[in-house]
Amino acid sequence: MSNLIYLIPIALFLGALGLAGFLWSMKSGQYDDLEGAAWRILDDDDDKPKPD
Amino acid sequence: MSCCAAGTESATELEALKTAGPSAEEMWLSSRPLGDGMRQVDLIVPGVHCGACIALLEKELPKTSGIDHARVNLSTRRVSVVFNEKAGVKTSGKTGAQISALTSENHAETVLTALGEKFKALGYPAHLPGGDEEGADPAFAELLKALAVAGFASMNVMLLSVSVWSGAEAATRDLFHWISALIAAPALIYSGRIFFRSAWGALSHGRANMDVPISLGVILAYAMSLYETITHGEHAYFDASVTLLFFLLAGRTLDHMMREKARSAVRNLVRLSPRGAMVIRDDGSRDYLALDEIEPGMRLAIAPGDRIPVDGRIVSGRSDMDFAVVNGESAPQLVEAGSLTPAGTLNLTGALVMEATRAARNSFLAEMVSMMEAAESGRAGYRRIADRASAIYAPAVHLLALGTFIGWMMVSGDWRMAMMTAVAVLIITCPCALGLAVPVVQVIAAGRLFENGIMVKDGSAMERLAQTDHVVFDKTGTLTRGQPQLINAASVAPDHLAIASRIARASRHPLSQALAAHDSAGGSLPELQVTEMPGDGVEAVSPAGDVYRLGRAAFALEGRDQGLGEAADASQVILSRNGAFMDVFLFSDQLRRGAVQAVARLNAMGIDAEILSGDRQAPVKALAAELGVSAYVAGVRPRGKVDRVKALAQAGGRPLMVGDGLNDAPALSAAHVSMAPASAADVGRMAADFVFLHESLEAVPLAIEVSRKAGSLIRQNFALAVIYNVVAVPIAVMGYATPLIAALAMSSSSVIVVLNSLRLRRKTRVENFARSTPGRIAAELITDAGPDTRLGTSA
Repeated sequence: MSNLIYLIPIALFLGALGLAGFLWSMKSGQYDDLEGAAWRILDDDDDKPKPD
Repeated sequence: MSCCAAGTESATELEALKTAGPSAEEMWLSSRPLGDGMRQVDLIVPGVHCGACIALLEKELPKTSGIDHARVNLSTRRVSVVFNEKAGVKTSGKTGAQISALTSENHAETVLTALGEKFKALGYPAHLPGGDEEGADPAFAELLKALAVAGFASMNVMLLSVSVWSGAEAATRDLFHWISALIAAPALIYSGRIFFRSAWGALSHGRANMDVPISLGVILAYAMSLYETITHGEHAYFDASVTLLFFLLAGRTLDHMMREKARSAVRNLVRLSPRGAMVIRDDGSRDYLALDEIEPGMRLAIAPGDRIPVDGRIVSGRSDMDFAVVNGESAPQLVEAGSLTPAGTLNLTGALVMEATRAARNSFLAEMVSMMEAAESGRAGYRRIADRASAIYAPAVHLLALGTFIGWMMVSGDWRMAMMTAVAVLIITCPCALGLAVPVVQVIAAGRLFENGIMVKDGSAMERLAQTDHVVFDKTGTLTRGQPQLINAASVAPDHLAIASRIARASRHPLSQALAAHDSAGGSLPELQVTEMPGDGVEAVSPAGDVYRLGRAAFALEGRDQGLGEAADASQVILSRNGAFMDVFLFSDQLRRGAVQAVARLNAMGIDAEILSGDRQAPVKALAAELGVSAYVAGVRPRGKVDRVKALAQAGGRPLMVGDGLNDAPALSAAHVSMAPASAADVGRMAADFVFLHESLEAVPLAIEVSRKAGSLIRQNFALAVIYNVVAVPIAVMGYATPLIAALAMSSSSVIVVLNSLRLRRKTRVENFARSTPGRIAAELITDAGPDTRLGTSA
């Protein structure tokens, strides 16, 4: 019983953290372009091979 | 050229290429200020497919001076470009706010012109978004947030409930009930307000919808459980009330997502009406004005390739014009000074000056739109199947719960016990499965159709299509391609065809474009100096001094008649060298791919087909014979089409109208349900319930088949929900339902309904026609619209 006093708040806090994370990611436009991100990660930008 | 653009363009994208991109002025009008002298313009770029395209566009576009940065969104195939409207002023070093205000537009214009050229040079045709209703979708965001909150709350409450069911001792049980109550209250208020609002709206108008029993059940369950918790009772329904919301919101969100995806896909198609026009002032200066600012009497400059912005009369110039939006026919007409030009028609070959005779708000286009609104009776009388079900269901549930309460009051006299049983009845009967039954099926069916390049505007369209018993086809552009095709390519000399097609590349005339499609990339031809003679043809001078002419007989042969009769039912173009006849090319409109099969399949399904065309009797009759359709009417005006469709509906039929032109738009909205190809005029596309992106007309029977299957699955789902109620309700009425039983019954019925709906994925095979190359991009455009619409792909 005494375990519950801190276990339940922890469980709720972690759940709320997930919820807050989801709401934040939605608000900041993380889901606007679901396919572009997968391609962008492959883009090395200005990387060039090391000159000899 | 881009990584993957070559040769994969669909019909709509070729159309986009043809319309030569938005002008700098149009981009300026659609851009919006971001502050600090920056403006943003959003462009649709259908050719973006992969990471290389993103990298290329985002790297190359900012190299144009004045462009700050560009950001590609691959899911929506859009590029937002941020540019500096005062770029030129800053570099030239001039000072003074007045100058910058005056010149900012001009500088932006050079920037935007350069931007348009950059897009073209990179090989990505861009166009402006179609509708005005752009931007983020607040309703969807609200639904998603509500769903997330309900999901969080239901998971936590359910976890606590499981320990209560497993036999927690009294003190722990009370504590858990209290915690559940604390979690559930804000979740109910936040997530439930969507239902409460809708239920209140219905009640205040004296109606009942599905949201009334939902709201009542959820609120009563919470209130009763709170009372139980305060009095240290054993049973609390916090879990049921929150899970209920979660399931129902999932159904709502799916439903909304489907409609939104279809709408955005339609918006991404090429827009056919211009946003403004170049006005020639009395002093000869030119101004680009937005459509609303154009007044009758103003003179407008119309370049080849432009659409006519408002109704007007030609003042000077000579050109061929495409009147397809007016009469549905693709053969161009010659216009000269004095000709009348309705808004929306396309100038093909020569520069024109016209005088506006009417403002945009009462132009021909606007007239069509008002006629459509007047004709909007076709679907107004239709009530969605879910609404019809709830009209029976809601009162039945309420009466049952009330009856249970009264019955237990009479039997036991214990109001608390009676109330608890009544609440249990409300929860058990709450239309969870019913709320999922319709949207899940429709989302999966829409996914099926999306794969085959058919977009659905909303779920009720699918229900209406399943009922259809009669199909009315437009001819040109619907049953036929609406574009002339060279029919004697085999019989003309190959070198003549090579020269003619090379010359034809310079012209926008549809016959020239059909010829230009035969242009092989071979470089053996001499460089030609090509000039277009509007209304007549094209003239080309080779370095050797030979004059080639391609066009009307009188023009190409310089008036000499060499005994060439006019072909009866085909258009012809003549190629000559120095006035001497070389060859004649014959063109004719071709049947749309799959038209014959489509009509045959419709017949097999027991659906009659008929043709209504604005064209002459002879070609319509020939086409009807070719397709095996016995019912046809030629020479029909837009009003006549509406009347015919209405007559069919009044005779008890459920007509499906398939058409593309602006002249079909009123009939499209008058019909019980309607379909349009993606090449249709803007207004027609907006009026239609379904838009098919692929060339093949087999989309029509396919859509009907899928809709019918969806309809039967929905009925099965309803039957399942009823069976579930028949079993569960007596248990609840007898008072044997505990929160555990309620939770189990509720979830299992929802799961069964969803599983049954998923059978649709297996039931319909993917049609082959959709997988052919010309439509590839379009198919990707749709299936890539989002993972959620792809429910059906991985079967």
